[in-house]
Amino acid sequence: MNVVAPFEGIGASVRRKEDFRFIQGRGAYTDDFNRQGQLHAWIVRSPHAHARIKGVDTSAAAKMPGVVAVFTGADMAKDNLGGLPCGWQIHNKDGSPMAEPPHPVLAVDKVRHVGDPVAVAIAATREQARDAAEAIAVDYEVLPAAATMADALKPGAPVIHDGVANNLCYDWHIGDKAVLDQAFAGAAKVVSLDLVNNRLIPNAMEPRAALGEFDRTTGDYTLTTTSQNPHVIRLLMGANVLHIPESKLRVVAPDVGGGFGSKIYHYAEEAIVTWSAGKLARPVKWTADRSESFMSDAHGRDHVSKAELALDANGKFLGLRVHTYANMGAYLSTFAPCVPTYLYATLLAGVYTTPVIYCEVKAVFTNTVPVDAYRGAGRPEATFLLERLMDVAAKETGIDRVDLRRRNFIPTDAFPYQTPVALQYDSGNYHATLDQALQSADWAGFEARRAEAAKRGKLRGIGCSTYLEACGIAPSAVVGSLGARAGLYEVGTIRVHPTGSVTVLTGSHSHGQGHETTFAQLVADRLGVPVAQVDVVHGDTAKVPFGMGTYGSRSLAVGGSAMVKAMDKIIAKGKRIAAHLMEASVDDIEFDRGTFRVAGTDRTKALVDISVAAYVPHNYPIDELEPGLEETAFYDPKNFTYPGGCHIAEVEIDPETGQVSVANFTAVDDVGRVINPMIVEGQVQGGVAQGIGQALLEACVYDADGQLLSGSMMDYTMPRADDLPPVSVATHTTLCTHNPLGVKGCGEVGAIGSPPAVINAVVDALRDFNVRSLDMPATPAKIWQIINGGRRMAAE
Amino acid sequence: MYDFAYHKPATVADAVKLLADPDAKAISGGHTLLPALKHRLNKPSALVDLSGIAELKGIRRAGNAIVIGALTRHVEVATSAEVKAAIPALAYLASHIGDVQVRNRGTLGGSVSNNDPAADYPAAVLGLGATIHTSSRKIAADDFFLGMFTTALEPNEILTAIEFPIVDKAGYAKMKNPASRYVMAGVFVSKSGGNVRVAVNGAGPCVFRQAEMEKALAANWSPEAVAGIKQAAGDLNTDIHGSAEYRAHLVTVMAKRAVAAAG
Repeated sequence: MNVVAPFEGIGASVRRKEDFRFIQGRGAYTDDFNRQGQLHAWIVRSPHAHARIKGVDTSAAAKMPGVVAVFTGADMAKDNLGGLPCGWQIHNKDGSPMAEPPHPVLAVDKVRHVGDPVAVAIAATREQARDAAEAIAVDYEVLPAAATMADALKPGAPVIHDGVANNLCYDWHIGDKAVLDQAFAGAAKVVSLDLVNNRLIPNAMEPRAALGEFDRTTGDYTLTTTSQNPHVIRLLMGANVLHIPESKLRVVAPDVGGGFGSKIYHYAEEAIVTWSAGKLARPVKWTADRSESFMSDAHGRDHVSKAELALDANGKFLGLRVHTYANMGAYLSTFAPCVPTYLYATLLAGVYTTPVIYCEVKAVFTNTVPVDAYRGAGRPEATFLLERLMDVAAKETGIDRVDLRRRNFIPTDAFPYQTPVALQYDSGNYHATLDQALQSADWAGFEARRAEAAKRGKLRGIGCSTYLEACGIAPSAVVGSLGARAGLYEVGTIRVHPTGSVTVLTGSHSHGQGHETTFAQLVADRLGVPVAQVDVVHGDTAKVPFGMGTYGSRSLAVGGSAMVKAMDKIIAKGKRIAAHLMEASVDDIEFDRGTFRVAGTDRTKALVDISVAAYVPHNYPIDELEPGLEETAFYDPKNFTYPGGCHIAEVEIDPETGQVSVANFTAVDDVGRVINPMIVEGQVQGGVAQGIGQALLEACVYDADGQLLSGSMMDYTMPRADDLPPVSVATHTTLCTHNPLGVKGCGEVGAIGSPPAVINAVVDALRDFNVRSLDMPATPAKIWQIINGGRRMAAE
Repeated sequence: MYDFAYHKPATVADAVKLLADPDAKAISGGHTLLPALKHRLNKPSALVDLSGIAELKGIRRAGNAIVIGALTRHVEVATSAEVKAAIPALAYLASHIGDVQVRNRGTLGGSVSNNDPAADYPAAVLGLGATIHTSSRKIAADDFFLGMFTTALEPNEILTAIEFPIVDKAGYAKMKNPASRYVMAGVFVSKSGGNVRVAVNGAGPCVFRQAEMEKALAANWSPEAVAGIKQAAGDLNTDIHGSAEYRAHLVTVMAKRAVAAAG
């Protein structure tokens, strides 16, 4: 029987290999690992937003049942441990470096946010550790707290870090202010808008966890941790905090249940368990409970901005001026400083030909959990600002909101396109994604649906967002010049085994993205090896060469490109072996999906013939070639990638309760070449779910004293399945011009494009109430207030 | 959670004896108590698990009432043919408590004894004028709910069953808290002859009757009758999800909807 193998290469919706173990509950997450003699750590966290530590009495705790050790910041200081490092340095307008106050692993003199780690109790069981932690007496002198940026910037505000004047981390800007002011002077119309980008709490399904081990025989440390980038953790923790050479430190990030950015950073608990394991020569495990996650995982967003757009009489944009305050929280998390600067202000051109842009960003310390990148990181903030501004400008100029966007789109023939804010876009077709989305969402037929909804007593609205983002981070030299303290290449090793199966070692890390499938498809496509015979290994510094990990939608564009480069080396070497075996010139050997052929003949060798020859080199060009068939490549991208597209939301509001429901959502995204359409659809749907969460549901709320009011699922509204509409996902492809796969990235587009589409739709639904500014989330109470206020105004 | 002793008595009498310890706590579905224990917000000396007490189970018709045992799970009330036929609004309410997991574990007696201001059942108990049966007496709904998480139950008194009168009409409508999905404001209405009851849950610190609406509905049983009645915001709850004014507004909206649902 002649069986035709199903196509598994680029473009096939291959089912996710990893789901076999996930669906059966056989994933192996950090907390699933238990070692002989393992101890459990419980962290004592500050109940105060801001307090001086006058003393820590651990004597009672140390005597509790099962307790092996109790450590404080003072114990760490005795071992000369370093603080948690920041991986990105921003410079102020005047060229001076940002304020970079110390971030001790365990607080020593002061606590600066609710949840700040103060001490750790280590015991035989988790409950015993928790009992001991409760017996640790910390003597706090409570200080006034600055819970908001406004509070932190007020004259006489509490000083969060000694030596950091006005609680200001940096005062940064980009663009030419003088040229911009000229553009505004000549404008026919200036539209301005104040915006808040609401603070979010990531809430990955798997809480963070860390297991430290120390081998007394070898002196080797192992940290198993919930990380998106184990090599980065090894580098930061080994070099900066614990001073362990990388040769003696292994970091493993096994199955990880979601990250969304929050698992990029090096956290205190990782250093605590690794250091403690060394001190005690026993494994030490810590697993966060959900309440700890709320107050210790880095939060996201939290911008307050003023945007001003200058237009000429025809609605062409002349210039954009933006002032933003960005909340850093109490300390600088690993990549926090770059988020509101190089991942935000550089995106303010969007898909538009705005010729001049000036953006000033003031980053502010507050007595809150540190803020860092969260799915989209900077780009959702820029997109929300721009796309809300578009709708307000349309209304105030009287130009149709779709038409205003079109008038200012970067023309399809203008690529590569240099923006005034540093980025150079390589490809895109914003008219095409807009047209496709308008058609798919039946934009033209909306008014009939609104009228039908009105008959049912509902207010219906539609809104769009034509967004762009920069991802696939990033060229190392570029980010280095902008303050990154790391390179942003990726590594890939292709190991063709003697019998022809393949192991891929990648520095990218999969925590839900489906890399084990998508990456296997790249091998199937190029080397002709069935997906079932390709294993993707990631997340272990002992197995994988130094890689930078997964964030910023970079895995395929950067990690996948590294794999392609490594496969190219495999093919080049294979051709030389094939030429030897078939006694032909290497120049005459062609390769196509697993078969080496002497051009123009029927003489062929399969990849497995080549791999056998390479590992059993009896008949082999041993003088010219090394045995074996394994190649490694590092890929440093030449540019960012620029996915973009159009999202359209249609909402209905119950005017009696203020409840907003999303009736329909349409996404048409240009993510470059699509490897697995099913996975892309899933990624976009997940991102849209988070975007709708930000727009309608999620709000991190602190009270004036810095207590976290939204500290559990009882008060923090995570999107649930029934909050979400059917999401129609389509792609329109223009290829990335500078990576070998033509891919752009799809992990964040959903979270970037969707929030303004939803809010624009809500504002449209409320068109009779003259809403100009609407901060997220658009909760029922907030919408009711608008409607009620509007009715009251009409009555008066 | 902290350590505690665990008892599983087979009779109400044994359970009452065990609960003579003032630090012991009764547990049935555990959907409120277990999270509190896990958060170490509660430190009972013992848990008295009522789930082995057969006499607390079951749904039966008794004259012009439905008597539901305290251990009856929400899913059982929601799907009971007896309840659906006699008091469909009660089955509807039970079918909308929490989520599937909560309905499969949570019990009538647990919910009513706990008297969470944002729970569903207290609205039905008060809105139907039910009678609470306990290990030692019977208590009218109007005398049972005393305040936030507070009832007329004595420390070692166990709620054994609730007797819901079969009424002519009843309806329930609620607005959920977007995060917890507990009740932000709910209204249960019932009509039995000239007797009208309107119970409000979620909005205030404890379920309460809305006298003005009861009067209006007694005169004219229709959504329009309550549409113009404004609930005073004064004693209602304010939190990050909504102000007292918003909840007051929702009481009127939910009252309209509850009457409409009752038909």
